Amino acid sequence: MTFINYAAREINCKIVYYGPGLCGKTTNLQYIYDRTNPAAKGKLISLATETDRTLFFDFLPLDLGTVRGFKTRFHLYTVPGQVFYDASRKLILKGVDGVVFVADSQEARLDANVESLQNLEKNLTDHGFDLQVIPYVLQLNKRDLPTALPADELYRQLNFKGEPTFEASAPNGQGVFDTLKAVAKQVLMELRKK
Amino acid sequence: MSDFILFDEEFHQIKDVIGRLKADAQAKVVFIVDKNGQQIAAQGDMESLDTTSLASLTAGNVAATDGLARLIGEKEFPVLFHEGERDNVYISIVGQRVILVVIFDERSSLGLVRLRVRKANGELERIFDTIQKKVESEKTRRQEGYDSPFAEITDEDIDSLFRE
Repeated sequence: MTFINYAAREINCKIVYYGPGLCGKTTNLQYIYDRTNPAAKGKLISLATETDRTLFFDFLPLDLGTVRGFKTRFHLYTVPGQVFYDASRKLILKGVDGVVFVADSQEARLDANVESLQNLEKNLTDHGFDLQVIPYVLQLNKRDLPTALPADELYRQLNFKGEPTFEASAPNGQGVFDTLKAVAKQVLMELRKK
Repeated sequence: MSDFILFDEEFHQIKDVIGRLKADAQAKVVFIVDKNGQQIAAQGDMESLDTTSLASLTAGNVAATDGLARLIGEKEFPVLFHEGERDNVYISIVGQRVILVVIFDERSSLGLVRLRVRKANGELERIFDTIQKKVESEKTRRQEGYDSPFAEITDEDIDSLFRE
């Protein structure tokens, strides 16, 4: 649900990074935070456990600049990936404008990716959204690991609707901004239709 | 799901109501957030506060508490109160749509805040009803051929946002 503020001339959009546990959602946000000009970002908030696993969400507000006289602000959220946090995960999807699915390329995590994707589809439906129509990008993360499956095989298994798909290695930034840009673009394009 | 649109007129009305609430309740800060974590309006000394983070955490807090409520068979918990050593936070839900947050210290009291919030809640509910109606009539107008200000966004506009 985009928030258009005529009084402050701002558009606020919410983007959620989804995916199985330890796939690199928080790392994506961390990289964006580290590489963004301080004037364009707010604080990166992580509600995490003592062992640095996301407990509720990470949050990063980002100013992208002005379009048609309106300041565009994106609020990036991650969900907790671990299966048993489903109730929290569902809460974060509320009012979402665009979703990034971060897949873990390692062979051993294929089932976890598939399960998480199905979980995303279900949780979106419960909020009245449809993965077929919502702005959506797939990121194949951890491409640098030797155990990574070939990208085309992952694409076949995980690509849902022909969405833009990026190969990434989040700790060194490969594919991170391309992913963000692709989802932000779709979200802004949606505004045009409304 | 329809977007939330805030127009100038209602924005000023909201600012007025929460400004009065701040004075009447002798609060430090009063602000309004939508349930998705976007800040709508604020009054008070915001300089020392990271309002964007506050807004998002408040919404997360309310969402988690709503989830708890449903688990035990309640519709929602319309009021949350956090008591600190110096400052306290009083959170209440306005018309099931937006969240009103009052931060206060020992110059005020929970009783006073509760009383003043109740009064402001009614006024705010009316304003948000008006906004809802406006958004709906705006939508109908657009379907009848009026363009939204964003109908003209071009690919180039969007690309320019990402230029280094």
